[in-house]
Amino acid sequence: MSDIEKIKELIPCFVPMEEKVDDIPMEKQVNMFRTMCLIRAFEERVRDLWLQNKIRGLAHLYVYAEAIAAGACEALEPGDYITSTHRGHGHALARGAEPRLMMAELLGKREGYNRGKGGSMHIADVSAGILGATGIVGSGIGPATGAALSAKIKKDGKVSLCFFGDGASNQGPFFECMNMAAAWNLPIIFLCENNFWGIGTELNRITKNTNIYERSIGFGVPGVQVDGFNVLEVYRAVKKAVDRARAGDGPTLIEARFMRIEGHHSGDTQAYRDLSSIKFLYDFDPILRMQKYLTEVCGITTETIDAIRSEVNKLIDEAVSYAENECTEPSQSDLYEDLYANGEIVL
Amino acid sequence: MSVMTVREAINSALAEEMRRDPSVVLMGCDVALKGGPFGVTLGLLKEFGPERVYDTPISEPGFTGIGVGLAATGIRPVIEIMFCDWVTLAMDQIVNMAAKMRYMFGGKVNMPIVFRIPFGAGGGQAAQHSQSLEAWFNHVPGLKIVVPSTPADYKGLLKAAIRDDNPVLFFEHKRNYMLKGEVPSGDYIKPLGKADIKRSGADVTIVTYSSMVFSSLEAAEALEKEGIDCEVIDLCTLLPLDYDTVLASIAKTNRVVVVHEAQKRGGIGSDIVAEIVERGFDLLDAPPLRVGALNIPVPYNEALEKMCLPDAGKIAECVRKLVNNQI
Repeated sequence: MSDIEKIKELIPCFVPMEEKVDDIPMEKQVNMFRTMCLIRAFEERVRDLWLQNKIRGLAHLYVYAEAIAAGACEALEPGDYITSTHRGHGHALARGAEPRLMMAELLGKREGYNRGKGGSMHIADVSAGILGATGIVGSGIGPATGAALSAKIKKDGKVSLCFFGDGASNQGPFFECMNMAAAWNLPIIFLCENNFWGIGTELNRITKNTNIYERSIGFGVPGVQVDGFNVLEVYRAVKKAVDRARAGDGPTLIEARFMRIEGHHSGDTQAYRDLSSIKFLYDFDPILRMQKYLTEVCGITTETIDAIRSEVNKLIDEAVSYAENECTEPSQSDLYEDLYANGEIVL
Repeated sequence: MSVMTVREAINSALAEEMRRDPSVVLMGCDVALKGGPFGVTLGLLKEFGPERVYDTPISEPGFTGIGVGLAATGIRPVIEIMFCDWVTLAMDQIVNMAAKMRYMFGGKVNMPIVFRIPFGAGGGQAAQHSQSLEAWFNHVPGLKIVVPSTPADYKGLLKAAIRDDNPVLFFEHKRNYMLKGEVPSGDYIKPLGKADIKRSGADVTIVTYSSMVFSSLEAAEALEKEGIDCEVIDLCTLLPLDYDTVLASIAKTNRVVVVHEAQKRGGIGSDIVAEIVERGFDLLDAPPLRVGALNIPVPYNEALEKMCLPDAGKIAECVRKLVNNQI
């Protein structure tokens, strides 16, 4: 089987990036490329820091998924809500979170987004609509639906975008919340990042129909599948769903198909998996695809690409330097703080 | 002052808070059109409309999660879990999200959510409609647990719970919904975390809450005739728990019995006794004792159910043993 046949088997809705897309402003297209580069640069640095034992616990990297967060968040407006997953660095970055405050959090510093109390799996910036990452598969789906109901109650025109994975698509709350979102016509986009692996279990071993988007049918919700390695396709699908939600026409389920290339987390060697079967995907790196499209199809210069890459690398350098040199360690006096509201301490 | 049932007290607390604050919404199975399984929310749909009072599908994990999302974005949801027994279905969102979001997000989110949880046994409803699971939540930092007894306390504590910016579990004893009592008029608020001395006494402290307050008062009356003078403390709130009031009472009586309807093993009485021993061992003239249900599921048969649950007679018997050094 040729590589292109293999990719079409994995991603039936595969869209080659060979023709210029005119209905998305070029500025947005370039910005999505920048976001993808920023995420990759951040994650590669996280991997280094984790290997150096500077980042504790688990670091689930968003490598190869960049097109999904970058495309999806480009379709949102300021104030819209997102909920994230255990693999959430990319979601936060794409939604505009500051790399230095994220890096400070990963290094456990008081200046971090969560004051050093959350770490990799819980990065949140609620005031900016980033309702947080959660370490329990599927547990962001309810809160995302609640945020959508909140927007409906307040009539503030906001929408809620719920990132979750193929793993969460088998959790009960996914079905419960899609049902309620449909019944109540809530402004929410359920965006399933189908990377086909739940830690060490491949989706087709535990799920008869791996077309997650088809689950929408039973709930009377539109469902679409998109090429998750194509940032423009992700943007287009999410934009349509966002417009629909904002118009008061209710939820959409989007399944972004891609493939996890790396381990479940930085320390996972994937001994359980035949890695030779995904070699063909190395040529479908979503960032390289977008770069090739921008330079060869759209005439963006190599200088522009290089400038973007060096700009984001500099941002990450600064983020690491800030976290390592300018931030402070929390102390014992921080232990009980933030548990209850308004400074109440309950021993 | 006016005389109200517990049901009316809760209903008026909800209505007053919803009138005062448009961000208060209600949600749960049957809470809107039917007015709740126990009639507690009757009339609220009519007054506040379907955008404030939601009938949900039977999807506890889902609608509890929706409540968390509402609370994180500036709404103050009051979620009803129809029977305490089914809070198991909502545990992930209560324990891992509502309780922990503020802390794990570094204090940068508010979680003003109330879970109204009808609980307790006594109507022949057997093992899956009779439980008292409040102690489970005592083990989860970040939550508050409220367990009122009188109509006035139900009203004042529920209003305080709704105004609290933390997740609050509000346990309503199903057997007490028709109980009548005087309720202060006006905007009556009773602060969370303060225990109430429902009866003063000098010989033994009975520490209890919710429905067992009445059984304990009944026991105290019987014991008075035998010359045993009991002080009955109604905890009102289990988390945070007012140990100052408890220890001050024990300093006077030097004897304590902790009473709850929940099963004795692993009940909150175990934790309360441990705290009393750690903080006030020298105050005690006798070992602290516990009264609770037998360590079995609540049985259906009326006689078996009665044998399983604590009552005034069993409480009095325990106090007698304590006072007469027959332990």
